[in-house]
Amino acid sequence: MKNLQAGENSEELFQKRIPIYPRSVKGTFRTFKTSVLVLAYAVYFLLPWLPWARHDAPAQAVLFDMVGRRFFIFDLVFYPQDLISLSLLMFIAAALLFFTTGLVGRAFCGYFCFQTLWTDAFIFIEKWVQGERPARIRLHKQPWNAEKVAKYGATHGLWLLLAFITAYSFIMYFGYAPELTQRFFTVDLPFVAYFTVLILTVTTYVAAALAREQVCIYMCPYARFQGVMYEPETLAPYYDLQRGEGTAGRAVPRAGSKTREERHAKGIGDCIDCGFCVQVCPAGIDIRKGLQYQCISCGLCVDACNNIMDSVGYPKGLIRYDSEINIESKNPGKPHLDWLRLRTLGYGVAILVMVGLLVYNITSRSEIELSIQPVRQPLFVVLSNGDIRNRYQIHITNKSQDVQEYRISVHGIPEGAVDLGEMSKVSVRQGKSLMVLANVKLPPAMVSKVSEIEFVITPLKNPDQAVIKKVRFYAKHEG
Amino acid sequence: MSQGNSQSSNVKTTGHVWDGDLQELNNPLPAWWLWAFYVTIIFSVVYWVAYPAWPLGKGFTTGIATITYKNDKGVEKTTHWSTRALLMKDLQDAREKQKPYFDKVAATPYEEIAKNPELSNFVASAGKVLFSDNCAACHQSGGQGKMAFAPNLTDDDWIYGGTHDKIQASITNGRHGIMPAKGGADLNESEIESLANYVLSLSGETMDAAKVKAGDELFHGKGSCVACHGADAKGNKDIGSANLTDKIWLWADVPGAGSADKKVAAVKEVISSGLNKGVMPAQNGRLSADQIKLLTVYVHDVLGGGR
Ligand code: SF4
Ligand code: SF4
Repeated sequence: MKNLQAGENSEELFQKRIPIYPRSVKGTFRTFKTSVLVLAYAVYFLLPWLPWARHDAPAQAVLFDMVGRRFFIFDLVFYPQDLISLSLLMFIAAALLFFTTGLVGRAFCGYFCFQTLWTDAFIFIEKWVQGERPARIRLHKQPWNAEKVAKYGATHGLWLLLAFITAYSFIMYFGYAPELTQRFFTVDLPFVAYFTVLILTVTTYVAAALAREQVCIYMCPYARFQGVMYEPETLAPYYDLQRGEGTAGRAVPRAGSKTREERHAKGIGDCIDCGFCVQVCPAGIDIRKGLQYQCISCGLCVDACNNIMDSVGYPKGLIRYDSEINIESKNPGKPHLDWLRLRTLGYGVAILVMVGLLVYNITSRSEIELSIQPVRQPLFVVLSNGDIRNRYQIHITNKSQDVQEYRISVHGIPEGAVDLGEMSKVSVRQGKSLMVLANVKLPPAMVSKVSEIEFVITPLKNPDQAVIKKVRFYAKHEG
Repeated sequence: MSQGNSQSSNVKTTGHVWDGDLQELNNPLPAWWLWAFYVTIIFSVVYWVAYPAWPLGKGFTTGIATITYKNDKGVEKTTHWSTRALLMKDLQDAREKQKPYFDKVAATPYEEIAKNPELSNFVASAGKVLFSDNCAACHQSGGQGKMAFAPNLTDDDWIYGGTHDKIQASITNGRHGIMPAKGGADLNESEIESLANYVLSLSGETMDAAKVKAGDELFHGKGSCVACHGADAKGNKDIGSANLTDKIWLWADVPGAGSADKKVAAVKEVISSGLNKGVMPAQNGRLSADQIKLLTVYVHDVLGGGR
């Protein structure tokens, strides 16, 4: 590893990570961040255990049934055919992300991103075992002894445990949780389940315990392009340079520069250079150098500085959520959310439209998925008496929650022209598909008049949900 | 590459100097690169212990990983790991997955299969694969056949009969269609011309009335066509003689002929030269009884020929 520290000025391809020991802090943003963490963890870890009555599938509120190829989300069931809902959902999520970024910067990064949440939890564990920042730094520097081994061991052990529970909870979404649990611990699950847990445990551990802010800085693609979403009106944590530095810069309070009046008289700013804002930052940056791409807008430095300002009796808000425009103006006003901008309004409208579409899409879903394909090889068959026969493959997917019986019929041509074998009435199990072959034969005299025929698929339980589909009838080769 | 002079870049060099100022930079490798390199070394060691790796004269080191599979005859084999054995294992797994369905098809009477949607769907998909592998070369992928070569299996005309049993018999034992040549010694050119006109008229074509009449007499008399095709010309499925009264043609491309003359010429050719080419190879021995049964149902129910 000596190579890494080669010559001070050498152009290294790799910068060794400088360990960060974020100090804990109390305050509004910390409280908000913790609440989001608790809520997100509660949802993530408990959701698979939420029971939900269903007649034909496990009683689990959220279940991704890969084998049955359907997703249960409370009372909604999604099939592969419902791809459009998924795309809408993804679009909404993306637009929502852009919308909030335009408005309040990297709020997603700071409070909601998995990487942030898990890193935060891991830091909690670290602090709980090893103590506050100075204790952790001391522990890091001290030579290996029983204490260090015990504390590091305990930290990593707990980290691995949390990583494992995370991975384990993930697979609970893909089966009936109580049954999966029993099978998991009796080593009765397929290899892929254990492999998934292993991979997720390792990646969680690596990302949240070892890589941390490096994921945000070097790996996260979202971090790369959100810069372009910032506008001068966007709110982000800013250090009020004018106020903090005055004309003579910041300074630690000493005799003669203690009170605010003394300092202002000397041109010294309000920042007492305590470094607290830097110590609490999980990204390890100094916000006083201005807005930086590593900053995840977590607001912890705001909390930190507000606490300091309180303790020295200066007004709060030396570091605050503000817009670039406001903070750089001569007389900054109160920071406020600025909605009325083309971009935010545009995203807002896009979100509303897409949400409307999604709701429509979900509420208007039919319980039958029907596709009818003409057999193309051969396109048509001439029968011995000169009649023309076309064949069709009718695929019926039952997307309702119970067994359905369907009647297949045809409109507009004589009854006897259709041959469905033994399957003019078929029953299809919930979530399953069935293929029925239909032979339609028409006498040459009729062929010239009929170019299209209509299949009608009627669920016998609720005939008003019948689906009609038109198909072409071929009698000569085209082109 | 190394255009920058060492004074300004300050990168460490190996210390070698050529031509007065040519030096070699000595940049450190990134840690991740180094570790990835070590990991690949460890991986390669593990790999060659487990899997076939080093060539040794005529053989090779086989590694300690093995694969056990049953071949299609049910004989269990264990060998060192190889992609071929892996394929055999995959095939075995696939066979085992399909087996319950094949068994069910084998145990179910033909009529019951058609009534069972699940089984019918299996036949439609498994049958398609079997058909593509074994039958499509002649009958084409959709079973539509080929004029003057292989009959269309999707129409309703069956030279040897289109019931399940007949189809099964055709697949199992194959078929060989023969029609004696009538040209030369038996009939002269104009007689054959008349016969062709008559045969075409049977399928509803408008032909020369005089020739049709003459052909009718030849058909039932001197030509001795009735011996095979029957007095009503409807053919005999037991010997595979064609029904001449329907609109389906196999050996004479009547639907493809542009003019009346060409139709006559096509039929004349068959009458005068006869046929010895309607040969379908027996599949018995190539395919198992279960596969033949599945194909029978596929041809009958799915291709639509039987229905
Ligand atoms: S600079 Fe402040 S807001 Fe940005 S990451 Fe650090 S603590 Fe969070
Ligand atoms: S916490 Fe506030 S006072 Fe302390 S160094 Fe940071 S900006 Fe200055």
